[in-house]
Amino acid sequence: MAERLAGTWTLTRLALRRDRVLLPAWILGFAGMAGFSAAATVGLYPDESQRISAAEAVNGSGALVALYGKIYDPTSIGQLSLFKLTAFGAALTAVLMVFVVIRHTRADEESGRLELMAAGRVGRWAPLAAALIVAFGASLALGVLSALALIAAGLAVPGSFAFGLGWGFTGIAFAAVAGVCAQVTTGARSARGIALLLVALAYAVRAVGDLSEGSWLSWLSPIGWMQQVRAYAGDRWWVLLLPLALAVVCLPIAFALRERRDVDAGLIGDRPGPARGRMSNVLGLAWRLQRGSFWGWCAGFAAFGLLLGSISDTVTGFLDSPEIQEFLKQLGGTQALADAFLATELSFAGIIVAAYGISAASRLHSEEVEGHAEMLLATPTSRIAWAASHTVIALLGVAVILLVAGLAIGIGNAIAVGDTGSIGKLLVAALARVPAAWVLTGVVLLVFGWLPRWIPAVWAVFVAALVLGEFGALWDLPQWLMDVSPFVHSPRMPAIDSSSTGLLPLTVVAVVFIAIGLMGWRRRDLQAN
Amino acid sequence: MAPVIDMRAVVKRFGSTVALDGLDLQVDAGEVHGFLGPNGAGKTTTLRILLGLLRIDAGSVEILGGDPWSDAVELHKRLAYVPGEVNLWPHLTGGEVIDLLGRLHGGLDEQRRARYLEMFELDPTKKARTYSKGNRQKVALVSALAADVPLLLLDEPTSGLDPLMDARFRECMHEFRDNGGTVLLSSHILSEAEALSDRVTIIRNGQAMESGTLADLRHLSMTKVIAVVDHVPEGLAAIAGVHDLQVHDGRITCEVQDAGMGPLMAALSGGGLQSLTSQPPTLEEVFLRHYQDGPSDG
Repeated sequence: MAERLAGTWTLTRLALRRDRVLLPAWILGFAGMAGFSAAATVGLYPDESQRISAAEAVNGSGALVALYGKIYDPTSIGQLSLFKLTAFGAALTAVLMVFVVIRHTRADEESGRLELMAAGRVGRWAPLAAALIVAFGASLALGVLSALALIAAGLAVPGSFAFGLGWGFTGIAFAAVAGVCAQVTTGARSARGIALLLVALAYAVRAVGDLSEGSWLSWLSPIGWMQQVRAYAGDRWWVLLLPLALAVVCLPIAFALRERRDVDAGLIGDRPGPARGRMSNVLGLAWRLQRGSFWGWCAGFAAFGLLLGSISDTVTGFLDSPEIQEFLKQLGGTQALADAFLATELSFAGIIVAAYGISAASRLHSEEVEGHAEMLLATPTSRIAWAASHTVIALLGVAVILLVAGLAIGIGNAIAVGDTGSIGKLLVAALARVPAAWVLTGVVLLVFGWLPRWIPAVWAVFVAALVLGEFGALWDLPQWLMDVSPFVHSPRMPAIDSSSTGLLPLTVVAVVFIAIGLMGWRRRDLQAN
Repeated sequence: MAPVIDMRAVVKRFGSTVALDGLDLQVDAGEVHGFLGPNGAGKTTTLRILLGLLRIDAGSVEILGGDPWSDAVELHKRLAYVPGEVNLWPHLTGGEVIDLLGRLHGGLDEQRRARYLEMFELDPTKKARTYSKGNRQKVALVSALAADVPLLLLDEPTSGLDPLMDARFRECMHEFRDNGGTVLLSSHILSEAEALSDRVTIIRNGQAMESGTLADLRHLSMTKVIAVVDHVPEGLAAIAGVHDLQVHDGRITCEVQDAGMGPLMAALSGGGLQSLTSQPPTLEEVFLRHYQDGPSDG
C-alpha cells in the first residue's frame, strides 16, 4: 500500500503548482457568484410576501423547474437567492472536478509525462491519489469559501454551510467518478467525455424528477441530492452523506482498475486497425478526429430533446390556480405557455451547444501544440485549408446538433400530443440559436490567430456569457454589459413575441471574427511544442 | 547552378531569445548535407523556417528557387519532411497516417509504399499510440520516402532507430542521392553524418561555425598516431604540429597536424620504428573542438 502510494505528496505538490492560478480563480469565481446572487436577492426582496409570490412564480413555471429545480420553502430568502445556483452550480463544480482529475491522470499518461515520473520513486497509485487529493481539497475549499461568501451576504449560517458543502461534496463525488473514467479509456478526451456525459445525465435525470411531484428520479441523481439537502429550508444534513457514499464506492473501483491495468492501457485492449486509410484531405482527417465527440453530442441532445418535448405539454399543469390559467388563455392560451417553456429550454440548449463549437474549434490549437499540424503543413496543404477543416466541423457541428435537438423536441412533442404539426416550427426555432453559438466559434478562431496561448481563456468568455445571461438582471448589471453576450440576441422562438433581427448581425460578427482570426494565423509562427 | 537551399545571415528571435543569429547555409543539388550541432543550436528552427512554419526576422532564405514563407504550398509539392519529434494521432494506424500524408502530397506510389514498409519492417495496422519512438519515426520516413520528391528535410531521423534500421536508412539515403535527390539531414549523431554526408555545416548558438566537405573539415583536425619504437628519438615535442605527446616504455602517442606528419615520421624511423597506427580524425573530434571552448546554451 505505502509502496503503491510512494511519491503521492510530491505529485500533489506538482499538480498544485500547475493549477496554482486556474484553480483558485475558479474557486473564487464560484464563491463570488454565490455571494453576489445572495446579496442581490436580499436587497431585491426585503419582505416575506414578495418572496412568497416570487417563489410561487418560479415553482409555477415548468421551464424554470426543469432547468434549475424547485424552491422548497417559499418564505426562505436563501432558497430564493440560490435556486438558480443549487443544481446548476453543483453541475459546474462537477465539471470543474472532472477536468482537474482527468488533467492529472489520463491526460498526463497519454502525453507520456507520467511515464517520466513513474520511473522515479512513484507508486502505481500515486498519480490517481494525487489528482484526487487536489480535487477533494479544491472541492472542500470551494464549498467552505462559498459558505463564507453566503454568510457575508447576510444568509443564515447553518444553511450557508449546508449549501456550500452540498457543492463541495458533489465535486468530491464526481472527482471520484472521473477517477474511474480515467481508468477506462486510453484517451484523455474520451475519458473526459464519458465523465461529462455522466454529469449531463445526472442533471437531466433530476430535471425529469423535479417536474413530477415527489419523484424518486431526483434521488437517483447526485445533482438531485444537492437539491434535496434543502439548504435554508430545513438543512437536511444527512443527505450530504449520499455524495460521500458515492465517492466511497467509486474510489476502490478506480484504484482496483488502476491496479489491474498497464500504464497507457485502458480496460479495452488495443486492436489492430486498418492497414490502409481512406482519408484523402485535412477535412477528412478533422472529421475522423472529431466524429466521436460529435456523435456523442448528437446522442445526448437527441435524448435531451425527446425528454423535454414529451413533457412540454404537461407544463401547463404546474399552474393549478384557475385565475392564472384564465389569465394565460387571454395572453395566447396554453400553447403560448408550452412555447415559452420550449423557448427557454432551446435557449439553454443553444448555450450548451456553443460549448461544442468552442471545443471543436479549439482542436486547431491542440493539434498545433501537439505537433500534428507540423506534419500536415509540411505537405502541400495551405494554412487556411487546414484551419478551415476544423472550423467547418465546428460550425456545421453546432448547426447539426441544434437541429437534432429541435427535431427530437418536435418528435417528443408529437408523440405526447399526437400531432406532428410543431416539428417544423421547432426546427426553425433550433436553427435560430445557431448564429449566437457561431460567434463563440469565431472567438476561438480570433484567439487562435492572434493569441494562441490564450485559447483556454475562451472558456472564461463562455462562462461569462452564460453567467451574464443567467444573473445579469439579478445583479442589476448595465444593459450594455449584458448585450455583450451573443445569446441575448438570439430570437426567443418559438414564443410569439420573438424577433429574428439579431440573426444577421450575429452571423456577420461570427464571420468577421473567423476572417480576422485566419488573417492572424496566416501571419504568425507555428507554436513549437 | 543555384543552391537548392540558400540561407544568408538569417536571424530568428523568439521573444528575447535569439535562436538563429546570422545563419548561413547553402545546400547544393544532389548532395546529402549534414547539419550538425548540439541540442538547442537552432537546427529544428532552421528546418521550420525552410518549411515556412516560422518567419525570419532578418536575412534571406530561398529553397528550390522560392520563398518558403509565401510559396509554401507550391514548394511543399517538391519536398518532404521528417520532424525530429514525430507526433502521430494516437488513434490512427500507421497505415492510415502514411496514406493520408501520401494523398496530401498528391498521390501515393503503391510500389514505393509497399517497398519501404517492408524495408523498415513496419506494421501498418497498429495504432500510433502503441508505436515506439522508432516506429513513429519509421511512419514519417516511409511517408517521406514514398512521396517521390527531389528534396528531403530530415530532422534527426534516426534518433529512435536500432542499428539494423539505421543501416537500412543509410541504404535509402544513398539510393535517394544516386537518383539525383538532395537531402538536408540534421543530426547530433556524428557517425551518421559522417557515413552519409557529402558536405556538412556545423551550427552552434544559431551561427554556422564551419561548412565544407568532410576532407575540408578534417584538414582542421589532427591525426592520432600511436607508434612503438626501439629508442625514443630526441626532440619529438619540438616538432611543429605535434601535440599531446606521451611516451611510455617506447610507446609513443600523439596528435599530429598534417604539416607535422612528415617530420614526425622521419624522426620515428630514426628511432627504429616497430609498429605504427594512425587514426584519421573523426568528425567527432572536429565537432568537439568546436564546442570545447565554451558551453553551448540549450
